[in-house]
Amino acid sequence: MPSVISISKLAKHYQVPEREAGLKAAAKGLFKRTYKTVKAVDGISFEIQPGEVVGFLGPNGAGKTTTLKMLSGLLHPTSGGASVLDYEPAKRPHDYLRQITLVMGNRNQLSWDLPALDSFDLQRAIYGIPTEDFKRTRDEFIELLDLKELVQKPVRNLSLGERMKMEIVGALLHKPKILFLDEPTLGLDVTMQKRIRTFVAEYNKRYGATVLLTSHYMADVEALCKRVIVIHHGQLLFDGDLAALVEKFSAFKTVGFTLDNPATDLSQYGDVVSIDGSRVTMRVPKEKASAVTSRLLNDLAVDDLTVEAAPIEDVIESVFSVKKEAME
Amino acid sequence: MKRYFDYYTSMMKFSVMEQWQYPVANYFYMIGMLAEPVIYMVVWSAVANQQGGTVGGYTPGSLAAYYIVWTLVRQMNIAFTPYGWEWRIRQGRLSMSLLRPIHPLHEDVAFFAGWKVVMIILWIPLALALSLIFKPDLHPTLLEGVVFFVAIWMAYLIRTITLSLLGMVTFWTTRVSALFELYFAAELILSGRLVPLSLMPEAVQKAAWFFPFRWAFGYPIEVLVGNMPTNDLFIGLGMQFAWVFFGVVVVSQIWKVAIRRFSAVGG
Repeated sequence: MPSVISISKLAKHYQVPEREAGLKAAAKGLFKRTYKTVKAVDGISFEIQPGEVVGFLGPNGAGKTTTLKMLSGLLHPTSGGASVLDYEPAKRPHDYLRQITLVMGNRNQLSWDLPALDSFDLQRAIYGIPTEDFKRTRDEFIELLDLKELVQKPVRNLSLGERMKMEIVGALLHKPKILFLDEPTLGLDVTMQKRIRTFVAEYNKRYGATVLLTSHYMADVEALCKRVIVIHHGQLLFDGDLAALVEKFSAFKTVGFTLDNPATDLSQYGDVVSIDGSRVTMRVPKEKASAVTSRLLNDLAVDDLTVEAAPIEDVIESVFSVKKEAME
Repeated sequence: MKRYFDYYTSMMKFSVMEQWQYPVANYFYMIGMLAEPVIYMVVWSAVANQQGGTVGGYTPGSLAAYYIVWTLVRQMNIAFTPYGWEWRIRQGRLSMSLLRPIHPLHEDVAFFAGWKVVMIILWIPLALALSLIFKPDLHPTLLEGVVFFVAIWMAYLIRTITLSLLGMVTFWTTRVSALFELYFAAELILSGRLVPLSLMPEAVQKAAWFFPFRWAFGYPIEVLVGNMPTNDLFIGLGMQFAWVFFGVVVVSQIWKVAIRRFSAVGG
């Protein structure tokens, strides 16, 4: 199947003026400026198939948002190529913009002073959506996100989570084929995050849309993405299945069990992460997990023993540290 | 074309709804803007009275007419300033606009056009009050009225284009306010904003022909109060169309270069 997103050696470099602190340096800077090249994105390549939901992960400043901005046509790449739906995003053809959306968790496009319904109607005019289609889609999304009671209130009177749900409706009314979601659940409580995740999953299922998602909430990634792309310092570190990432980079497993006497010295089995009443959670090297659990069962009176993969946050952290060492 | 018509009417409607949320704020804003023409009117009327009733052919009544029409033209030629460009880039608003399948300048033109509907409605009682106080000498013909109606919209477009050109400098530097101050000084002298151009030295009057300022400010006022020969009415409209055409060409060319430099600093 041909890919819908294809980028090859994509790079975005910035020339950033820099000088030392102080008046003398400021005066010197008037005559001679020095610049530093910041490689926000440094030659990354990947392809995404139609209908895929891909997690795009990396720490702050890794180059995730810059990549999304290049793919949505906001930024011109310094070098390399990008093709989305067979369009060159940097040229920003209107037919292309009609088929994509970029949702940024900290940005808004709705009027603060008017009910969201008015902003939705403006979106209809902007995207030239036929009125009947528009009404059907709008009502469908309102129902999916349970917004019926809220759409007539001025946006300024809504909570952050409610506003974000409205933003997502506004951004999807034209039924884009490609969704670039940049921290869509930023700052939301757990319930609201879950609601938005469910909605994105449902949209992907109903319309076969392709989603490229950045999030610092690993629950988003685990719930939505089978595949993840990890970047750091503008360079691609990993591209593959989330399960493979966990398998490859998870050095530890989490072993949990209930113990009558949690005061027992457990250091010979692994690192104790927490003790909650009689419930003990330990971190054990992956290759020793089987042996340790056998020993625990033989040596101690343990119940309810569970062995789980390390939290995805820890896995990602170990990707960064392993690759950092490899790069240094 | 139908799509653009739908977009413009929807955006204007949207803008009207937004502005009606704050009618009092808009009124105070407008009253604040009245101070400038009222001061000019009082000063020049005093000069006229001291010189035996006229100054450069203007009586206190025609000066009152000039500056009351001035207040309407000023409302009409309000456009998105370079300060606004700075703001929207820093706030990430321009990024949002650039994601839409319509040029951001259409958004500016349509939004402020809708705002004007509200401002004109609010302006009417103020204009009546000024007329009662200053008794303007204003007797436009039907033709002057029609030309004026076209001219004020053209003035709006010319000022939008020139301010957008200045605003686009923000793609090279995020501090464009200094240039705007320079623009403002030139506009004050060459547009008929400070004083009717006929009261300016001849060299200034001649120079004003070759800049956009007069066509975005003084010309529409002169149409209504200046007793211009019919020929001059249409020459003025021709100049306005020429500036709009020239401006659109320049804006579109600069935009192509400018947008490549956009770094989405504000998001």
